[in-house]
Formats: sequence, C-alpha cells, structure tokens
Amino acid sequence: MEHLVYPTKGLSEQAFEKSEVLFETWHVKAEYAWDTGVAMGKYLDELKNGRLIGRRCFKCKRVMIPPRMFCEQCFRPTDEWVYVQDTGTVKTFSLCYVRWDMVRLKEPEIPAVIDIDGASKGMGILHKLGEVDPQAVKIGMRVQAVWKPPAERTGSITDIAYFKPI
Amino acid sequence: MGLRRVAVVGAGMTKFVRRSLETGRELAWEAVSKALESCEMTLDQIDCVVIGSAPDAFDGVHMKGEWLSTGAGAWGKPCMRGFVGGGTGVFSPAQGWYHIASGLFDTCLVVCEERMSPTQPHPQAAFNTIFDNFTERALGPNLLWIFALEMNAYMTRYGLSKADVAQVAVKNKRNAADHPASQLGDANITLQDILDSEVLAWPVQRLDVSPVTDGAVAIVMAADSVARRVTPKPVWIEGIGWNLDTAYWTNRDLSYPTYVEEAARMAYRMAGITEPRKQIHIAEPYDPFDYKELHHLEGLLLFDKGKAPEATALGITQRNGDLPVCPSGGLLGVGNPIAAAALMKIAELFWQLRGEAGKRQVPGDPRRGVAQAWGDLMQVGTVVVMGK
Repeated sequence: MEHLVYPTKGLSEQAFEKSEVLFETWHVKAEYAWDTGVAMGKYLDELKNGRLIGRRCFKCKRVMIPPRMFCEQCFRPTDEWVYVQDTGTVKTFSLCYVRWDMVRLKEPEIPAVIDIDGASKGMGILHKLGEVDPQAVKIGMRVQAVWKPPAERTGSITDIAYFKPI
Repeated sequence: MGLRRVAVVGAGMTKFVRRSLETGRELAWEAVSKALESCEMTLDQIDCVVIGSAPDAFDGVHMKGEWLSTGAGAWGKPCMRGFVGGGTGVFSPAQGWYHIASGLFDTCLVVCEERMSPTQPHPQAAFNTIFDNFTERALGPNLLWIFALEMNAYMTRYGLSKADVAQVAVKNKRNAADHPASQLGDANITLQDILDSEVLAWPVQRLDVSPVTDGAVAIVMAADSVARRVTPKPVWIEGIGWNLDTAYWTNRDLSYPTYVEEAARMAYRMAGITEPRKQIHIAEPYDPFDYKELHHLEGLLLFDKGKAPEATALGITQRNGDLPVCPSGGLLGVGNPIAAAALMKIAELFWQLRGEAGKRQVPGDPRRGVAQAWGDLMQVGTVVVMGK
C-alpha cells in the first residue's frame, strides 16, 4: 500500500522562524459572560457561604454533586437540595508538571477527583490538593476543603483554595 | 433489518507529519485522490461525502466541514460532517455505512482531516474550553489532567506499574516503523526510553503520549452490487456501534470505559459475534496514550478487566501474536491527527484483511477485525467491525 500514501511535505519546527514559508497569523479575542443557571447558581452561592450542596433524586435516591435540576439517569426533575460534607476521598490524582501551554512548573500542581462525603458513592468533583508532599499523595486518601476567608469568596469553585489531607 | 450490505473498496492517506506544508483542504485532496486511485474510481462515481474533523479550534476555521468540502470532493454532492471529538474517525464510516445501507446512496466517500499544528503555542490551548465553565475552568486545568487522572485510576485499581503500561508504547512505535506514513515509527525504541522520558503529568510521561500531527485519510464505501464490480476483494462493514457516557465525568468509574463496552456490544450484536476473543483476529483500538489501548481492549471485551497488560507482556498483542493489536503502529507510532488517526485504523483493517499491509501484514489470513475510537468529553465509544 506504499503507493497509496501521498508524499505530503513536512515542515521543520523552524520553518516559520527561518521564513522558509509564508504564513498568516490570527489572534482570537472572544469574551463570554454566562449566567450561572439554576443548579449552578445555588451551588456557587453556597460555596460563598462555605458549604457544599448537592441535589437528591427521589426515584434513584442518588445525591448528586455537582448538583443538577434534572436526573440524567431517571430523566425527571431532581427533588431536593442536600448539604453534603466538605470532606471526601481522593478517587484519583495527578502530579502535573506542565501548564496548558506546556511551560514546565517547578512544583507540581496536584489535580484530583474527590468523592464527596454525603453524596452518593462515586460522586466526585475536580479540585486540587495542597499542604501535602506530592510523593505522599495516595488514592483513597481522606481530604478536607480549605476555604478562603469569607471576605475573599466570590461564588466560585476557587472559594475552596484546595483540599488538604486529614 | 432489510438493509443492504456495505463494503470498503478503497483507501488512501497522506503522510502523517508534525506540520504539513499543505493546508487542510490540500491534505483532504491528497487523501481523496489516493483513495480513488486505489479502487480506480472517479469522483463522478461518488454519490455522497462524509467529512470527519475534530474541533474547529485546531484550524481556527469555524464550520470547518464546509471549509474542507472542496478538497474533500463534496462540491455539488450531498455532504455531511459528523462530530464526536476523538471518536469521529470511526464514527464517520458508520455514517457512510447508513447512507448506503439505507438504500439512499450506492457509494460514499469518507474523508477525515486534521491539522493540529496551527494552534499556538500548543494545541492543548484548543482543549481548555472542554472543561466545565463553572466548576472546572477556574482551576486552570489542562488536557493532560484528564488522562493522568484516568491512567492513575486504572493503574491503581489493578496494581499496575509504569512498565506494564509503557510496553504498549514500545510495541506501537516499533510497529509504526513499518508504516510508510508514520511520524514516530522507531524499530529500536526500548522500554527504558519510555520510562526515562520527561514527566508531564504523573503518571503520564512524554513517550506515553501520541504526538501532535497533521494528516488526512479517505476511504471509498460502496453497496454490495457496486462493490463486487469495483474489486474482487471488498471488505465488509459487519457491525457498527457507538455510545455516550454521562457528561459529569467526575461522577464516573474512571478505571473502566463502560461506554466502549456498550458500543462494542452493539457492533458485535449486528455482526453476529458471540465470542469476540475467538471471532476477532485483529484489533485497532484507540491509543492516544499507551494506557488507553489497554483500557479499550478491556472495554471491547477482548480481555478481562485489568488483564490486557498481562496479555501484552506475553506477546499476545504483537503482530505475530494470537490477537495482533495496532499492527499499524497506532496513534502512538503513526501519529495522531485526531479524526484522521482513527480513520487510519479503518484503512489498516482494510489493507490487513486484503493481505496488502506489506511489512505490517499480520500472518494467518485474518478474516475479521475491530477498530475503535474514543472522544467527546472522554465519554464516547465508537466501534466498527470489518470482515472479508
């Protein structure tokens, strides 16, 4: 099948810098503002109060976090707000040494999915871990939210600064 | 079901390169011209066109399907673009299949193109908006996080070492050394090379990951009656399946791809496959990261949960093993122009099942293969079963 591969021309990494080819550039400037909606609005508002909240579906009995106004499993409205704990268990984590633009970090960021106590089994949220030796982090580790001082909270997921081991 | 049989009758592709001189349209044209040449057909014998391309953001061109259409041979023809992120390359031939199986068209050209090189400084930037705009983006995530989190969940669940997983990268990069389109084929790469590569997001290291690639692949599909006139060796589409998991990805079991299993069961049912481990002779699962090949082999029901690494260590998935896996060299070796990478897997099965894979040819006259891709918000499985 060799003859069915077109001899496409590959350029070197330096082709632009050395002006071996002509090129055009474009910078996207796109700004958005989203209202936070019903479920997310309440979730973020409670973060500002220093609490995590989920939604319960009376049919499947699940307590879901992040909260949603409909149950995607039963496909019906969820029924009530449920405060859950600000503690949980590390479901999985990474030690990330690069930024989104692939610039290297000296100290790793520690993103983790944390299953939240008081929500149904396996209901995790994405956050980061802190106040911990990166090499000591383990799946199954118990953690608790470290909240920013009330005056600094804005109704954002970053109102939790990070989760730390307990 | 009263549906017509559909075959793949031709395939062609571009070389996979880090940055192509050619534009996306030009790449699409190159792949299409080779696919038509392979089955000695002309564009006027093509009834409809399916275009596959992943996020518009890579090329910086909105409505990229329409933009590509002239290079894809779609001028003046019924044309559609399907999009399920990374799963697109295996979803596109499924769309081609129902265009023809339904009786609406006799022939269909399926074209998948991707250029990841235009986004600056790195195509990861184009992925940042897949994260939830309220609960995740403010944390400053990058795409590697997801893979690293999933890989760690998989390794921990089954007590796997980095070496257990990295052997997949060795196999695929070595296999790719025999692929004439390959970007990263290396016949001499060793397990130590993978284990010594730079840590990006533990447990993900540089050589666990497929490269950034530009490229295009095209196939020609035809109804039974046309296929038999075009070629003495049509390769039949025997089954297709696809399935989507919840968009709340942090609520999922990250150690097992249930949606791949559901997609595989749909495709196997259609193909009449009751014992996939006996009835499938070649597998081309999606391997953007080495652990994903293992993950997907288990989702495809080809190995028990957590057992794909052991099978790999035993050589079962080598080209001359009992179940050759990614004989092409996969995304890890041939390269990863998203949608085009997965259609490359369909083209590989086409060449393998016709005995035309050259140095990559799997021994023993394989009769049936499965290709699979994965994408969207890490939640879609797309599966195609092909046989001769």
